[in-house]
Amino acid sequence: MSRTLTVLATGPQALVQDRGRPGHAHLGVPPSGALDPVSLGLANRLVGNDGDAAGIEVLIGGLAVRASASCTAAVTGPYAPVRRNGRDVDSPVHLAPGDELAIGRAEHGLRVYLAVSGGVDVRPVLGSRAADLLSGLGPGPLAVGDVLPLGAARGVPVGADVLVPVRIPPELVVPVLLGPRHEWFDNPAAQLDKGNWAVSEKSNRVGLRLEGTSLVRTESTRYSELPSEGLVTGAVQVPADGRPVVFLADHPTTGGYPVIGVVAPQVLHQLGQARPGTRVRFRPQG
Amino acid sequence: MRLLRCGADGVLVEVSSGREVEAVRRAVRDVAGVVEVVPAARTVLVVGGGAGVRAVLADLDPSDVDEAPAREVVLPVVYDGPDLDLVAATAGITADEVVRLHVEARYRVAFCGFAPGFAYLTGLPDVLHQARLETPRTKVPRGAVGIAGEYTAAYPRATPGGWRLIGRTDAPLFDPDGRAPALLTPGDHVRFEVV
Repeated sequence: MSRTLTVLATGPQALVQDRGRPGHAHLGVPPSGALDPVSLGLANRLVGNDGDAAGIEVLIGGLAVRASASCTAAVTGPYAPVRRNGRDVDSPVHLAPGDELAIGRAEHGLRVYLAVSGGVDVRPVLGSRAADLLSGLGPGPLAVGDVLPLGAARGVPVGADVLVPVRIPPELVVPVLLGPRHEWFDNPAAQLDKGNWAVSEKSNRVGLRLEGTSLVRTESTRYSELPSEGLVTGAVQVPADGRPVVFLADHPTTGGYPVIGVVAPQVLHQLGQARPGTRVRFRPQG
Repeated sequence: MRLLRCGADGVLVEVSSGREVEAVRRAVRDVAGVVEVVPAARTVLVVGGGAGVRAVLADLDPSDVDEAPAREVVLPVVYDGPDLDLVAATAGITADEVVRLHVEARYRVAFCGFAPGFAYLTGLPDVLHQARLETPRTKVPRGAVGIAGEYTAAYPRATPGGWRLIGRTDAPLFDPDGRAPALLTPGDHVRFEVV
C-alpha cells in the first residue's frame, strides 16, 4: 500500500514547506521555504528525516490528516494540542494505517509544523517542495481531500521526552545590521533604536508589515527614486510612508525602496512566528 | 564601484551603468561560496562568498571589460496589444512605426525580477520610453509584451501589471521543470520578430 497522508481539514492555511529554493533569485525566483526552519528542522529530526525533507506549515492550527501507512509524526513550533483518533497525545507520536492526526489551535506564535517519517514527497520544483505563494511555484495551499505522497522512512526517530514549545514574547528585540541604504535616512541607527512598532494584520509570508514610527529620509533623498535592486531575506525595506516591511521567505527578488538594514539571521525564525500585535524594537548594529 | 553591506553575508555592489552590472555579475558568479548573484539596474547583490568576492572585486575594473559573447534569443510576437495605439500617440508616431522600432532594436537582459522568468530588457529606442499605465491592470495575460520606462519585457505568467502592452508571444518564458527554467537570463541578447 502506498504511503500517503489524506488532508481532512486545513485550518486557515496549510502549506508544504522545506528549506526552500535559494540560488535562483537572478531568475526572479524567491527563496521561499519554512518561515520557522528551526521548528521544521526539529520536527524532521524527531521523525528520523533528513534536514531537507518537506513537512507541513500550519497557520495557527486546525490541520487534520489520515495516514495510509505506519509512520511517526511530530508537531513542533508553538504549543498546540495534538490528537490521534480524537484522543490527546504527546508528540512525537506513532500513527498506524488509518489513524487520524489532528492539530488544535496554537495558543502562542503563528506557525505549527508537522513532519512525518519519510517526509511529504510531492514533486520538487527547482530542487524544493516549498509552496511559494508570491510566485505560484510548488504545491498550492492544501485543501480538504488532497492526498500527499510520503517518502520511504529512512532514519531512526530520535524521540524526545519533553518538547519545549516555541514562545514568542510580547515584544521582540531584533538586531539589525545597517545597510545597504541606511545613508538615505537621517541618523538611521538612532531612528531604528528609538522607534516602536507592532506587527500588522497585513503581514504574510512575503513580509512582516510594521505599524508605528515612520522612518524619515534625508532631505536630499526624500523625493529620489531608487532603481530596483536585489533583496535579501530579512531586509528592512522602507516604503514612501516610512513604515518598515521586513521581508520573509517569499519576498520578491528585487525592490525599489531603500533598505535601511537587514535583520540578523538568527532571529528571522522568531519573526516568522510573530502574531499581529507583537511589538517590535530594532537594535541597530554596526 | 561602491560596496554596500547587505546583511551578515551579502554585499550590494553599486556601479554606474548596465554594462558595469554585467561585468560585475560575470566576475563574481563562479566564486566559491556564492549563493545568489542578483543583477539589477545599477547594482549587483552578491550573497555568500565573503573574502573571495571582495578579492575579485578589488581586482576588477568594471568599465574595462569587453562585451562577452552572449546567446541570442528570438521572441516571436503578434503586435496587437491593447496599448499599442496609446504608445503610438504618446510617441507621436504610427502604430506601424512602433512595431518597426520595437522589432529593429537589439536588447539585452539587464536583470530578472517581479516574477520568475520576468526579464527586464534594455535597448528600447528612446522614442518608445514611456510611463507605466496610470491604473495597473489587475490581470495581464501570460505572454503579453509590454514597455515601461527604459525597459521592454514579456510576462511569463498572468499577473497584475502596469506596463503598456503592445503585443503577445507564445515563447516558453518560464518552465520550472526545464533544464534551464527561465528562457531569458541576465546577459542574454534578445530580438523580437513579427509573426
